[in-house]
Amino acid sequence: MWDYSEKVKDHFFRPRNVGEIENPDAVGEVGSLACGDALKLMLKLDKSGRIADVKFKTFGCGSAIASASALTEMVRGKTLEEAAKITDNDIADYLDGLPEQKMHCSVMGREALEAAIASYRGIKIEKPVEEGTIVCKCFGVTDNKIAHEVREHKLTTIEQVTNYCKAGGGCRSCHPQIQAIIDEVWQKEKEKAMIESARKPVKKLTNIRKMQLIQETIERDIRPALQSDGGDIELIDIDGDRVMVSFRGSCVECPSSKVTLKSTVEAKLQEFVADTIIVEEVVS
Amino acid sequence: MKVVYADNNATTMVAPEVIEAMLPYFTEHYGNPSSMHSFGGQVAKKIEVARQQVADILGADPSEIVFTSCGTESDNAAIWGILRANPHKRHMVTSRVEHPAVYNLCKYLAQSGYHVTELGVDSNGMLNLNELADAVREDTAIVSIMYANNETGVIFPIEEIGAIVKQKGSILHTDAVQAVGKIPLDLSKSTIDLLTLSGHKLHAPKGVGALFVRKGITFSPFIIGGHQEKNRRGGTENVPSIIGLGKACELAKKFMSEETTRVKQLRDKLEDEILKKAPDPRVNGHRTQRLPNTTNMSFEFVEGEAILLLLNEKGICASSGSACTSGSLEPSHVLRAMGVPFTAVHGSVRLSLSRYNTMEDVDYIIEHLPPIIRRLREISPYGRETKVKEQTARASARI
Repeated sequence: MWDYSEKVKDHFFRPRNVGEIENPDAVGEVGSLACGDALKLMLKLDKSGRIADVKFKTFGCGSAIASASALTEMVRGKTLEEAAKITDNDIADYLDGLPEQKMHCSVMGREALEAAIASYRGIKIEKPVEEGTIVCKCFGVTDNKIAHEVREHKLTTIEQVTNYCKAGGGCRSCHPQIQAIIDEVWQKEKEKAMIESARKPVKKLTNIRKMQLIQETIERDIRPALQSDGGDIELIDIDGDRVMVSFRGSCVECPSSKVTLKSTVEAKLQEFVADTIIVEEVVS
Repeated sequence: MKVVYADNNATTMVAPEVIEAMLPYFTEHYGNPSSMHSFGGQVAKKIEVARQQVADILGADPSEIVFTSCGTESDNAAIWGILRANPHKRHMVTSRVEHPAVYNLCKYLAQSGYHVTELGVDSNGMLNLNELADAVREDTAIVSIMYANNETGVIFPIEEIGAIVKQKGSILHTDAVQAVGKIPLDLSKSTIDLLTLSGHKLHAPKGVGALFVRKGITFSPFIIGGHQEKNRRGGTENVPSIIGLGKACELAKKFMSEETTRVKQLRDKLEDEILKKAPDPRVNGHRTQRLPNTTNMSFEFVEGEAILLLLNEKGICASSGSACTSGSLEPSHVLRAMGVPFTAVHGSVRLSLSRYNTMEDVDYIIEHLPPIIRRLREISPYGRETKVKEQTARASARI
């Protein structure tokens, strides 16, 4: 039994705006019988370009019907530009959340809206993200669509991808390809972030954020390396950009610890915190 | 709220007589059946009574009954038990419509170096026995084919299957979890070598099952431990539940004729009336080679989870093969194996009755289910025109 919020139940049992509009200004249709859910969204605009009437028809489970009903309430009275800003998360939030495995229902809502707006603007490509090569044959999901969901929702696992766009939910034979797409997206994002951070002027960190970053960097990138050699390091104090540390274990006796201090500890802190960091060794 | 329980293939109500039989084994008779003292020994004697009761409903010898923790354990014990006892044989045969306890175990075995042949079914859910005969080889350690399907209720001709398996010199295991207690079985004149049953499908509690292992079958224990169950299953016996399972089998034997008459009449009325009243219905599975309590129906252009949620509002408990109810996104592998169109798989509903259901229950479901389907059809963007369109598309694709 799914744990649906009261709002989801309300919109499922009493769906708003079910039906069709005669001579609609915009129609968006997504999904299929084979996929197990489908949504047809119809919009009518008033003279000022606002959505005056909206109707839907859905083939799908409880949360698919609730997501569609919620979407119609959300777009009414909005201009197409305003409506276009609605994301799948907005739909889920409006319903006080959806179970993780049901997020694809809100994605379907957003896609139907996109398709409707595109149809109004006379754009033939209804679902630009759908183009690409089919990866998941069971549900007909393309590589571009998967990459889009991964970026949009910061997905890191195959299971999450399945929750958001169904890909990989059938025979599972595409799981290695989905993993490769996830890896590729994050590899690219990482590279992009690195280039951007190199370009961007140094952001001034607050003192608290700087201290947090210093501690995190020591825990994540410095201590494990030293510990693997039987040594360790302890953060003693922080004063502006001066970071005072003390070596522990085999590092205390190690003649190269002075080099480690500059080449590893300081270098890492400069990389992840700020390039103005200076590391000093103190005895305590 | 009124509750009409029509999900008896999922689990059943524990019979009041069963609970009554179990209670003393939680309180005064808490001894360990393996103990040397008579305080424990008297419990051991009661376990032997339960073993006799289970053997009786199967037409088996009590020595052929091993108590387990559930149907899944019995299936695992049977298949692993035979594979381990025959290490030189690396092939097995099963069907595409097995319960996950066998289906997923076979998938695992296939990934672990065993050769697994999966037999398909036709649109009625029936096997092609010629295909089976071709599939069984010299190195086939075991053939595991269910007695009756949990989703559709379809009954396989297990004795004919057994005859083929025997002729080819292999061993037959059958998951009879859905059959025991619903239809008469007689293992004294049977080709079945191992048989799985589960307590909670026949009004005993959850957490107890049994495996029938025919005398003379070499079998390695699945759970290795103490000498319980004559070294065939280690672990202290789940005494109260075993007593309960024994009682439940005794009751099932007593009520067997009711299952095949009154319960069947209820099911038939339920099915006939819904077929008449709901839009675009179909029955999934063979109409006669079927358990007397089960009906699996599909309603096109609507989705199963939505049906179940609306039934739930009326207090009606049912199941669906729809993807959205399965926890994964994959719709029922059973209905897909039968070639049921996607449109109908997503809108499938299983109603399964028991001897505790009444005509009033059935009338209540007949009253509420068809309007629910109509209500969802009004929301659905698809309808008969879609069907015509799809058929035309399919027809033109063929040309």
